[in-house]
Amino acid sequence: MTPEVLTLSNSPLLFTAAMLAKILVAFTVTILIVAYATWVERKVIGRMQTRMGPTMTGPKGLLQPIADGLKLFFKEDIIPAEAHTFAFILAPMMILAPAFISIAVIPFGGDIQYTYDGVTYLIPLQVTDLNIGILFILAMAGLGVYGIVLAGLASNSKYSLLGGIRSTAQMISYELAAGLSIVAIFMLSESLSLRDIVAAQQGPLWGLEALSFLPNWYVFTQPLAFGLFVISGMAEINRTPFDLPEAETELVSGFCTEYSSMKYALFFMAEYANMVTVSAIGATLFLGGWAGPFYSPINFLIKVFAAMFFMIWIRATFPRFRYDQLMTLGWKILLPLALANIVFTGVAVILWQ
Amino acid sequence: MLENYLPVMVLIGIAFAFAIGSVVMSRLIGQKKPSAVKLAPYECGMPLLSSVQERFSIKFYIVAMLFILFDIEAVFLYPWAIMFKRLGIFGFIEMGVFIVILLVGFIYVWKKGALEWEE
Repeated sequence: MTPEVLTLSNSPLLFTAAMLAKILVAFTVTILIVAYATWVERKVIGRMQTRMGPTMTGPKGLLQPIADGLKLFFKEDIIPAEAHTFAFILAPMMILAPAFISIAVIPFGGDIQYTYDGVTYLIPLQVTDLNIGILFILAMAGLGVYGIVLAGLASNSKYSLLGGIRSTAQMISYELAAGLSIVAIFMLSESLSLRDIVAAQQGPLWGLEALSFLPNWYVFTQPLAFGLFVISGMAEINRTPFDLPEAETELVSGFCTEYSSMKYALFFMAEYANMVTVSAIGATLFLGGWAGPFYSPINFLIKVFAAMFFMIWIRATFPRFRYDQLMTLGWKILLPLALANIVFTGVAVILWQ
Repeated sequence: MLENYLPVMVLIGIAFAFAIGSVVMSRLIGQKKPSAVKLAPYECGMPLLSSVQERFSIKFYIVAMLFILFDIEAVFLYPWAIMFKRLGIFGFIEMGVFIVILLVGFIYVWKKGALEWEE
């Protein structure tokens, strides 16, 4: 008897239990990665600049993220007199929540079999498999922009306003480039569901046995799309060299200038949560998702960590862009290249058929 | 439908509960010593010079407008990309015409200098 995929109709109780377990695991692991990404970032950048990084809190500074969190918890929560209170409080939540919600559609492992009441079910290691998976992620990325606009406007401070406006223009410009760069993937996969996209990347390259040493990952079939996605993804989440919203030399701290205490911590966590999400999307779309030699969630985590290490490395290497260079890159280079890649992929697929 | 979107709903609940919970907690246990100077908008330690209702460059509006136009293009491209292999050469030419029309607009915008930030 072949095991059937677990759904709400064939076993409501097990489905609910599995759903809650998957959500809790995904959420907890993301928060742990977010907390320790800050530690790894400080350590790695420290080493790259021949410093030690954090060393005092716990062995090798391992308790540093917890100490930082606790410190921010006990700080005074300042709401400026001029601020619009409700929007001011809502803004950090509007940025953090979408970053965490995006992980719902990302498959972090293969299917596992589980026998319950004598029936064997297949449980996909993915919180939910939406057939519009990528659109869902793009929608959440779009919601994150609202948080930044709100933070900029509600603070009623010059630096926040300028940072918010700049950041919005940057994010919508690069959202476009990111959205268009991955269209070529869907022309090959014929699906927006991330589960199907991972499944389409199994086997040798182009299904040719002679190329069996290379997996059929889209990073090999769509190298240009991968490059565009890496650049626009990093700009989308405001990582160096695209961290103009918080260019401290000109804008103090950008849209979060007026924030303190845990609200500031939420912005900080959102930045790292976005880093995790973008790495996970990149790993799923281009690097074969959970495929690899080890146990499937381990493969997936290795790919995510490699992508995050790459971002930290970039931060230690490159200086910040100037604003006009940033917009030129987004509109005049990335956008035409993404469109050209779609047309090129179209021609290639038609000739292949 | 329900089985696909129920987990999303639960996750939205957890994410917002986490965000609201941590803000409320810090509000409860953090110290509170407000003063008029502390609550003033940040101005590098100087007295406030002018209101924030300042003007900013029209270019940001143009970028927002262009974003809407090209995002609509992207919205059309997504369903087309999924059906691409099944539509074959017909779909390719159809979308080619669509992209060329948009490209003409894009070149016009470029030539008009809407994408220049230097001056």
